[in-house]
Amino acid sequence: MSNIQPSQVPATKPANRRLDNFKDFYKKLRKNKAALVGLYVLVFLFFVSIFGALDANYNILGVNSNATNLTDKLLGPSAQYWFGTDHLGRDIFYRVLHGMYITLGVGFAATFMAALVGVPIGLLAGYYGGWLDTVIMRLMDVLLAFPGILLALAIVSVLGGSTFNVTVAIAIGALPQFARIVRGSTLTTRKLEYIDAIRALGARDGKIIFQHILPNIMSPIIVNTTLFVATAILSAAGLSFLGLGVQPPTPEWGAMLNDGRNYMYQAAHITFFPGMMIVIVVLAFNLFGDGLRDALDPKAKK
Amino acid sequence: MTKFIIRRLFQLIPVLLGVTVLVFSLMHLTPGNPAVIMAGESAPEATVKAIEARLGLNDPLYEQYFRFLGNAAQLDFGSSIRDNIPVFNHISARFAITLELSVMAMIFSVFWGLLAGIISAVRRYTFEDVAMMVVALFGLSMPNFWLGLMLIQWFAIEFQIFKPTGWGSLEQNVLPVITLGTAGAAIIARMTRSSMLDVIDQDYIRTARAKGVKEGTVILRHALKNAMIPVITVIGIQFGSFLAGSVLTESVFAINGLGRLIIDSILQRDFPVVQGAILVIAVVFVIVNLVVDITYRLLNKRVDLN
Repeated sequence: MSNIQPSQVPATKPANRRLDNFKDFYKKLRKNKAALVGLYVLVFLFFVSIFGALDANYNILGVNSNATNLTDKLLGPSAQYWFGTDHLGRDIFYRVLHGMYITLGVGFAATFMAALVGVPIGLLAGYYGGWLDTVIMRLMDVLLAFPGILLALAIVSVLGGSTFNVTVAIAIGALPQFARIVRGSTLTTRKLEYIDAIRALGARDGKIIFQHILPNIMSPIIVNTTLFVATAILSAAGLSFLGLGVQPPTPEWGAMLNDGRNYMYQAAHITFFPGMMIVIVVLAFNLFGDGLRDALDPKAKK
Repeated sequence: MTKFIIRRLFQLIPVLLGVTVLVFSLMHLTPGNPAVIMAGESAPEATVKAIEARLGLNDPLYEQYFRFLGNAAQLDFGSSIRDNIPVFNHISARFAITLELSVMAMIFSVFWGLLAGIISAVRRYTFEDVAMMVVALFGLSMPNFWLGLMLIQWFAIEFQIFKPTGWGSLEQNVLPVITLGTAGAAIIARMTRSSMLDVIDQDYIRTARAKGVKEGTVILRHALKNAMIPVITVIGIQFGSFLAGSVLTESVFAINGLGRLIIDSILQRDFPVVQGAILVIAVVFVIVNLVVDITYRLLNKRVDLN
């Protein structure tokens, strides 16, 4: 992280320090059994999601998850159909499996987009302060005035429902959260002595911001990013449930719940399994995120 | 204090202006003619022209915005494309229900959140603590619309204790309130626990105990009072997410509140109603946050004086 004065700092020292930091972090994380469970579940689900992402024609593990079979509609869970079938006789197990990559994909993509824009915004506001800070933070306040999924809802109402639009809408809704956290951390880091020292050495602003401030505020960014994926997944499922997100017949879990709610009296399993999967994925992200926070950012509490 | 309130009120002005700009531009950011979007692609030319004329869509954009702002300030949000009834009437008919639902969910989540948080903190690392925090984590991780569907499945379809739809009677209200309030209860419980743990380890609590103050009094009078300060901010933010979250809850339970009005209007491309309803929720949320900020300041001040 620091290569300011190679003559004074032995080349091995920073590498060692970084390794030590990581070892320290991993030791803390490993003590947190719940966080490890979350991590393992996520790794497993990630590999499962690859199967779904491989084939756009709804083929997964040799089964077409979109194949309708009206003679077998609304069947309960059985040896043949593990999660039962829906109103069109589609196998819910394979649809849930297939939907995994959409849920994870939208969650990661929305979070990544929000971080990609929100982090630089927060860095600029925190580093330069003054009118730039005021303007940026007032703009973020405007976005924050729309609570929860309301902003995403408003954006999707204009753009129309699609997987991409939902992702963008959720990312915009998350901008202020990233900008605020990064700005706060930047403000405290900027005032540290070593930043003054680097500036005195004649480093340019861009170098100070991206080489010296950013690496030092990575912890809150990583923690926030992990926890936000959970929120993004819940928002995306919610919008799809309202019919404003990912559109059928794509086996997105929220959209599947929307399909299933018309058959609650005949076939309760349709609404059970996709929802249960959302809970598992979100829970895994929350467990892992909580663990990351304890290991990386012990001062932060929530 | 007065100075603080005045400053916060002034800060409100750019935010509220920004909110109106954003809501106004909803209709204009979309590619294509808003009138065509509202009327539908296959609508006859005359219908499109009529909508354009009624909404003044051919005027310069800034003129349209100032008209929108001026009207909104007088609670005039135009009239619905669907039925020509003023948007304000649509909103006022529905807002009371959403507010009722949100306030009840608020009471539910504050009660259970505080109770679970305090017990967890007092019995730190015991079975009760772990169990309650696991439940809280589940509450956080559950999509509220799915919780609603499951509650309907169990308590309205299987056991028929409550009604699956509607709002107004006790049988109808219980499930939506639990649905909307659970995530909030979980967040408040986690916040209360960590805030209480911060306070409980402090010297003045040990002093109080050493003086022989009863344990219950120490917890409720000394610890909780100070632990509540950060919790109050969370409670304020929660109220906003209840207003927004009611969109999903109202959809699940077919409650005719503001949230359902927004969804129906989006699906029918009734933009004036969407704009009005979203604007109202945002403004209410901004005002609630202001009140929370001032309360926080008042409470914090008292702590400073001590």
